[in-house]
Amino acid sequence: MSAQIIMFFILAGVAVLGAVSLIVQRHPIRSALSLIVVMVSLAGLYLLQGAEFVAAIQIIVYAGAIMVLFVFVIMLLNAGEEERTNVSGMARYVGLPLSFFLLLQLAWWVGRGTSGMATPASSSPAMTRELSKLLFTDFLLPFELTSILILVAILGAVVLAKREN
Amino acid sequence: MVPSSYYLMLSAVLFGLGVVAFVFKRNIITIFMSIELMLNAVNLAFVTFSRHLGNLNGQVFVFFVIVVAAAEAAVGLAIIILIAKHRQSLNVERVDLLKL
Repeated sequence: MSAQIIMFFILAGVAVLGAVSLIVQRHPIRSALSLIVVMVSLAGLYLLQGAEFVAAIQIIVYAGAIMVLFVFVIMLLNAGEEERTNVSGMARYVGLPLSFFLLLQLAWWVGRGTSGMATPASSSPAMTRELSKLLFTDFLLPFELTSILILVAILGAVVLAKREN
Repeated sequence: MVPSSYYLMLSAVLFGLGVVAFVFKRNIITIFMSIELMLNAVNLAFVTFSRHLGNLNGQVFVFFVIVVAAAEAAVGLAIIILIAKHRQSLNVERVDLLKL
């Protein structure tokens, strides 16, 4: 086993454990911290695949900005423990095993369908430069449109937050 | 090099866990976080296919997905704050009327 495979299994294990912890924890702040663990290990997986730019914006935007917003809102609303509601027995004893079965089957078929795929060539070192060239040539219009999307999102958030009751 | 199928399997598992969290959680903020988990799983698949096909378009799509997720989080959390103010609760089962 090469070092990369060992690294992959460590990061993948941390990511899956974080996702399970997101489900198991009852307090939203613990779920948010678990999600941050998942995002950081995914950033490691992007680095392993040679996508440095994506790894950087994963840390900066996702773990840095979006999750801080989540934690901020959880603290602002003083969110407590999740209430236990009476889930029907059908949902608990049939739904849960069935959803995990679906999950395993999805993973199995994806793995089966792609197991014949050859191992790709290693990434080029100048990937970020190529990526930015692509972003400002082929994808220039969508790139500019995202600025309008963000502007609308800012306006929407401000309007919603300032609304008087 | 790690085979692409490993990454795709991890992506499928993370997406499935996101769906499980989406269905089973009762707190509206946690449900919102499980959507982010699913988006992350899809991003992993995008990056994997981008590497596999030797084509950088997948990474550009990841960039756009992250931008859309940021916009979504800003608006969605503003809506969540409004709902929490009106209903005095973050439980989705208490939010069963459309009128705020």
